[in-house]
Amino acid sequence: MSASAREHPTTAEPAPGGAPPEPRLVPLRAAVRALLRKELGLELRAPQAVPAMALFSVTTLVVFHFALQRGQVEGDLAAGVLWVTLLFAAMLGISRLFVADHEEGGLDGFLLAPTDRTALLVAKAVGLFAFLAAVEVIAVPAFALLLLGPAPGIGTYAQLVALLLLADAGIAVIGTLIGAIAVQTRARDLIVPLMALPLLIPVVIAGAKGTTPLLAEASGSGLPLRWPLLLGLYDLIFGLLAYALFDYLIED
Amino acid sequence: MLYGTRLRALSIATLVTMIAALGLAFFYAPMDADQGFMQKIFYVHVPMAMVALCGFVFGGIMAIQHLRTGDARYDMRSYVAIHLSLILGVGVLLTGAIWAKASWGHWWVWDEPTLVSFLIVFLLYATYQPMRFSIEDREKQSRYASVFAIIAGAFVPLNFLAVRLAQAYTHPRVFATADGGLPAKMQLPFYLSLLGMAMLYVTLWRYEMASKNTSAKLRSLRRKLGGDEAVAPVGRTAAPTLPSA
Repeated sequence: MSASAREHPTTAEPAPGGAPPEPRLVPLRAAVRALLRKELGLELRAPQAVPAMALFSVTTLVVFHFALQRGQVEGDLAAGVLWVTLLFAAMLGISRLFVADHEEGGLDGFLLAPTDRTALLVAKAVGLFAFLAAVEVIAVPAFALLLLGPAPGIGTYAQLVALLLLADAGIAVIGTLIGAIAVQTRARDLIVPLMALPLLIPVVIAGAKGTTPLLAEASGSGLPLRWPLLLGLYDLIFGLLAYALFDYLIED
Repeated sequence: MLYGTRLRALSIATLVTMIAALGLAFFYAPMDADQGFMQKIFYVHVPMAMVALCGFVFGGIMAIQHLRTGDARYDMRSYVAIHLSLILGVGVLLTGAIWAKASWGHWWVWDEPTLVSFLIVFLLYATYQPMRFSIEDREKQSRYASVFAIIAGAFVPLNFLAVRLAQAYTHPRVFATADGGLPAKMQLPFYLSLLGMAMLYVTLWRYEMASKNTSAKLRSLRRKLGGDEAVAPVGRTAAPTLPSA
């Protein structure tokens, strides 16, 4: 497991009468595209993560209705219900993210391929981002229909979507890192929420604080700019960290 | 490196500094006008929190070194640093709760951003040892633990920023820095307590490192004397094991 062995996976005996053929590196973009096609193709052919997460979020909304004993929520309470629901649904997706690759040998296959490890990080994070967005397409209208008090206007929804997408990027990056760690442990389903929830608290803070004025009944005030900025900073920092650290999580 | 050298001198110096700091805190520092005697817990609570946070960040830096060099000793340093910071963290939360009860009448208050941030950081690091324990492969365990320590180390300042922003938004208030509002007669005891707490951390760190190194050395000597049967196999553990030289 030395560094030189990692960088030169094909230090075979030089072929008699000539230099060994240079291993051709698959370009990052092609590798990401192939991995992403596999990721999305699997989910389209045998839907597993997205339906489970969507169903879980709708069920959680019903649970909130009875636990809070309210027919309608608004303002900070509505923001809290929405973010708790989406965050807990994301935990389901994160703990399944690497399981198939780990059990069916997909990771080993990827390690044999002559390409940058970052391709897997990008593909997994983009895949998780797509899953989260797909879940929100179902969960947010369900939330508006089932629990939300006065229906907000179109402009409010646009701001909410922007906030959700920024938060999804952060959840996708953290989820990819934690999923890759957790899949190697014996207590996968315990480790994922225990580690990911504290790490995602800044996302919840920014998300809930930013959503509260949008879902308040007197929705004249827009989204304060500091919360999208905080989410952007979070995405940037953990995106860079994931880029730097992901290689160490999948070498074997 | 031998961690046991001059450990006795260091221990005595730590003890003297801590006694001097507490003595100053009790007999030299003025009584707080609002909180009276209870405010003395400040000289334990705040230095402990600062040292614990620095210990977490130190663990992250050692983890970076570990991933860079692949040297198992850095993993050991990172592990011991985080382990001790977690123990101090329990103390910080307990003293924080006592202080909150005494001055605000509740065991826990949510509008004290520093304490809330500390709780989040503590909850995150509390998963460090279970995570290590549930990875059986030694080499993988140390590598993954280092990745976690780096992520968590970067999370510490970001989390403080987020929690502080959340508070400042609802309750605009003037934040005094830890020493900004401190009268001169409180500064000396405070800085001395901080020094004492830092020395306590370093001393404990060196004790644990010395103990871990000695056990590893003992194992390798036993193996040399009696062969592989002479040493019991290492069971599953969260602690890193040093390669026997």
